[in-house]
Amino acid sequence: MQRIINFILRNKTSLLYLFLLLIGLVLTIQNNTYHRTRYFNSANWLSGSVYSASASVTDYFGLYSENQKLAEENRRLRQLLINTPAVDSTALDTAGLTYEVFAAQVIKNSYSQANNYITINKGARDSIQQDMGVITPLGILGIVERSSANFASVQSILNTRSNINAKIAGTDYFGSLTWNRKDFRFAQLEDIPRLVPLRAGDTIVTGAMSSIFPEGIPIGTIHSFDLNESNSFYHIEVRLFNDMTNLRQVYVIRNRFRPELLQLESEISDEQ
Amino acid sequence: MNNSILVGILRFAGLVLLQVLIFSRMNFLGQINPMVYILFLYWYPVRENRTALLGIAFLLGFAVDLFTDSLAMHTVASLTAAYFRPAIMRFVFGVNLEFQNFRLSASTRVQKVTFLALLIGIHHLVFYTLEIFSLTNLLLILKRVVLNGLGTFVFALLLSSLFARQRE
Repeated sequence: MQRIINFILRNKTSLLYLFLLLIGLVLTIQNNTYHRTRYFNSANWLSGSVYSASASVTDYFGLYSENQKLAEENRRLRQLLINTPAVDSTALDTAGLTYEVFAAQVIKNSYSQANNYITINKGARDSIQQDMGVITPLGILGIVERSSANFASVQSILNTRSNINAKIAGTDYFGSLTWNRKDFRFAQLEDIPRLVPLRAGDTIVTGAMSSIFPEGIPIGTIHSFDLNESNSFYHIEVRLFNDMTNLRQVYVIRNRFRPELLQLESEISDEQ
Repeated sequence: MNNSILVGILRFAGLVLLQVLIFSRMNFLGQINPMVYILFLYWYPVRENRTALLGIAFLLGFAVDLFTDSLAMHTVASLTAAYFRPAIMRFVFGVNLEFQNFRLSASTRVQKVTFLALLIGIHHLVFYTLEIFSLTNLLLILKRVVLNGLGTFVFALLLSSLFARQRE
């Protein structure tokens, strides 16, 4: 016994190191495999407050360009509105709409890690919840992964764990959009069959197979493509519409029928 | 004594804020984010107990992880750098370390630079191995370690000369 105690006392630094190392590695692996731990992310109270304090200062530097982006978006929406035939006012009742949209601002952006997360300044108090889609005026951005009372952490499409249903605009050929961490301007679209006629410059939009995003949200254009190892599917490099390094205004989308859809799908898989 | 604890706390908070608000957002050339919080280990008193240093290094990494959503990668890296710090110091300063009145500020420039570079080297190697987490990407790991290590090194040197004590 005496010897054991002596051994522990003699090597207490190394043992402490190994113990802390173990904690660190467990956290890392847990973080890599599962949904991230509940409290230890940048949507928590402390880092959320620090980031929003910092954003409240730095926001002013981008006001002009941000203003222009919003004006451009307004112009586009106005144009759509003017050219749409007048609708019956009962159809304007928002309670019947499938998708609900919330506005939020990015307070922390990241794009140089292997798994990037973005923090926004709206949280559970503004009905932001896990698995809502996030877009910018230009295109898709990511999916809400965690929300605290006042902040939410968004899994960016620049994340090796991200996997989003996408299709070639105007067709119904769909595949999944992933990221290989090499370049923040490009994402990769996999699983498009080789018989599909492709051309560089074709537009990629979100597909209908997702309960998170509405169909047809712009993602990017085809930059280049080649066949993958099995020669039956394309590997497509997609140049994103979004400048992922410069984000401010974002919109969070809630699908009101998602719970119903998920329930239906789980019932079917239970029966099988 | 109290004074040195206060300085330590201020340094801790200052370096974490500096890291997450400025350096983690730098993205120089799209990928270089200097990790200057490692300076904490460089500035930490030479003759302090190692157990406390390990605990502090763990917290330091954890604080940065919380802000950057990279849970436990900074923690493990900074912990490992702290663990190997005494060995590095013995290697760099040799016999000088045994003298009672040994101070970091009294050592030569080459010694300081080597000490800093070795700390950064260990830290970055552990960090990027964990981040990329596959040996097939060994080249990518080495590239990141070298590029980012240089970035960290330059900024750490600038910061350390900015906050150097003026005495002597």
